[in-house]
Amino acid sequence: MTTVALKPATMAQALTRALRDAMAADPSVHVLGEDVGTLGGVFRVTDGLAKEFGEDRCTDTPLAEAGILGTAVGMAMYGLRPVVEMQFDAFAYPAFEQLISHVARMRNRTRGRMPLPITVRVPYGGGIGGVEHHSDSSEAYYIATPGLHVVTPATVADAYGLLRDAIASDDPVVFLEPKRLYWSKDTWNPEDPQTVDPIGRAVVRRPGRSATLITYGPSVPVCLEAAEAARAEGWDLEVVDLRSLVPFDDETVAASVRRTGRAVVVHESGSFGGPGGEIAARVTERCFHHLEAPVLRVAGFDIPYPPPMLERHHLPGVDRILDAVARLQWEAGN
Amino acid sequence: MTVMEQRGAYRPTPPPAWQPRTDPAPLLPDAEPRRVLGTEAAAQTDPELLRRLYAQVVLGRRYNAQATALTKQGRLAVYPSSTGQEACEVAAALVLEERDWLFPSYRDTLAVVARGVDPVEALTLLRGDWHTGYDPYEHRVAPLCTPLATQLPHAVGLAHAARLKGDDVVALAMVGDGGTSEGDFHEALNFAAVWQAPVVFFVQNNGFAISVPLAKQTAAPSLAHKAVGYGMPGRLVDGNDAAAVHEVLSEAVRRAREGGGPTLVEAVTYRIEAHTNADDATRYRGESEVETWREHDPILLLERELTARGLLDEQAKEAAREAAETMAADLRARMNQDPALDPADLFAHVYAEETPHLREQRALLRAELDAEAEPEGGHR
Ligand SMILES: Cc1ncc(C[n+]2csc(CCOP(=O)(O)OP(=O)(O)O)c2C)c(N)n1
Repeated sequence: MTTVALKPATMAQALTRALRDAMAADPSVHVLGEDVGTLGGVFRVTDGLAKEFGEDRCTDTPLAEAGILGTAVGMAMYGLRPVVEMQFDAFAYPAFEQLISHVARMRNRTRGRMPLPITVRVPYGGGIGGVEHHSDSSEAYYIATPGLHVVTPATVADAYGLLRDAIASDDPVVFLEPKRLYWSKDTWNPEDPQTVDPIGRAVVRRPGRSATLITYGPSVPVCLEAAEAARAEGWDLEVVDLRSLVPFDDETVAASVRRTGRAVVVHESGSFGGPGGEIAARVTERCFHHLEAPVLRVAGFDIPYPPPMLERHHLPGVDRILDAVARLQWEAGN
Repeated sequence: MTVMEQRGAYRPTPPPAWQPRTDPAPLLPDAEPRRVLGTEAAAQTDPELLRRLYAQVVLGRRYNAQATALTKQGRLAVYPSSTGQEACEVAAALVLEERDWLFPSYRDTLAVVARGVDPVEALTLLRGDWHTGYDPYEHRVAPLCTPLATQLPHAVGLAHAARLKGDDVVALAMVGDGGTSEGDFHEALNFAAVWQAPVVFFVQNNGFAISVPLAKQTAAPSLAHKAVGYGMPGRLVDGNDAAAVHEVLSEAVRRAREGGGPTLVEAVTYRIEAHTNADDATRYRGESEVETWREHDPILLLERELTARGLLDEQAKEAAREAAETMAADLRARMNQDPALDPADLFAHVYAEETPHLREQRALLRAELDAEAEPEGGHR
């Protein structure tokens, strides 16, 4: 067995590498968006692509999100695989009409004759001190739209693998990039990057016996940290990283909760109408007899994303997660 | 003494000379819509083309009447008639080569049929058995689009992709006057002009967006004028004059194919029927206005021209009428059959591969269907 050289790399670097490899492997892959060419994107994820593949393959578009996604629809109709970059979560909203009315349902409208292999990359979430409109967690809108796959990596390896899979998918994929993890480093093999688990599979990031933290994207490292901290209080927490919200991996999640008997869902987006409600319901339906306590949610507040100086009060942190874990010592009648 | 003089030497530095990107003159539309029929220009038009346009427009009128009748019989959920606009619908289909693409909106069933799509398949959306009845790739016709103007960026993207691949394919996208107010109209025109995409934007200005007249839709001198701001030519044409629409669209298609970029064509026409069978047009317009437009009917204009030039006799007229009746009878007969629907289709085309939660829901539906199939068993 040869040992592979694992080096530290950032999630942003892995994403760039995934785009580059996808473009090199398939000439129909085209990247388009605002500032993705010469600048390499405001987060530099498309850095160097225009230089390597030309401006026809990595295109600075006019500044119009509906136009970017709408033209990507036409490009996909003609056999290309567009990868669209939305500059920030809240700036993807002008493109919702195209996303919901066309991208998500073109396969269905045409009885499978016109699939649209479009990847929509959306940097999302808070924790970077961004001003208004730069920190939204918009996943609830996407997962409520049938026809879209919705995935979000939490590790450098997954950033690479999931993006390669998203681009290769014949269905549209909303690819949510946790922007506060862009610069987080991980050991990874940049010489021979592999896709690890396919879209649709959740992964146990940390095995444990006393409760399951179900989470994804930017909250994964927070949950891992909480799990470490919980050891001091005698809790052995399992952390499940969903990786893919649609399709949802009921099996992995339910298997974990059946083992532990307790679950907390953790995410940044608000809890009312958020993904946590759906996940809690699914877990309850499948694991009711195994549950020792109600499934709890630790989420962002149900408020418009707060200004940066207050965002730490909003984002689910280790303490709030530990408080929820403490509440899992639930007794009927409590 | 003014303040400036007191301070002495202040003189603003002149900015660097400003240059408009292009001379706007050739982009501006003519002051009057282009007309061909009944003018001297008609002598330049190929008699065969005139005959073909005539036959198609007569067929189109009959198609509209038949489809409207089918709504009254409950066979169609709704039909937005293009009666009065047949010249536009037919010309839009005829100017395209086989390899080109048509991007219709919900009122453009006739253009879709003129392009060669089976008339029954073209009505699937409006009958309600599925959203798109035809294979978009078979005749290169995008699905009929219901949200206004959202198909326009698709046309731009497709044309752009074709050009990147080295194919000389043109996309023609249809939109109504009301649709030009939508943001997608703006974004599509802007993208097309910046990319010099081979697209023709074809606006049928039929006077109203449901009940709202053009004057409440825009303050522009004409919709064709909007082109100038994007840096593409705007063209104005009499939308009831089939020869003129054909000519103007052909020029635009040729320019696009030759690398000259997009064109915005506005056809000035009129919607003779109500918006759909569900609309009451008497609430927003008078019958006298409709009558004036009836006198400027696309079929009449062609008949006068063809007759004056000895290209149409009673026999030829009768032949066109007969062909239209045959088409209508066939359409009626086929539309009177109930479509065969498979409920399993509901889950078949959401994703390439069914997700686990859809598999569960399909099983639920299956169980419901099985229970329906054995009423004796009762509720289980
Ligand atoms: C985005 C959107 N908003 C509203 C509607 C409802 N609607 C259907 S047709 C119509 C009027 C469209 O007028 P116009 O573009 O002039 O086309 P016409 O019906 O005259 O052919 C409206 C408002 C729609 N289909 N899409």
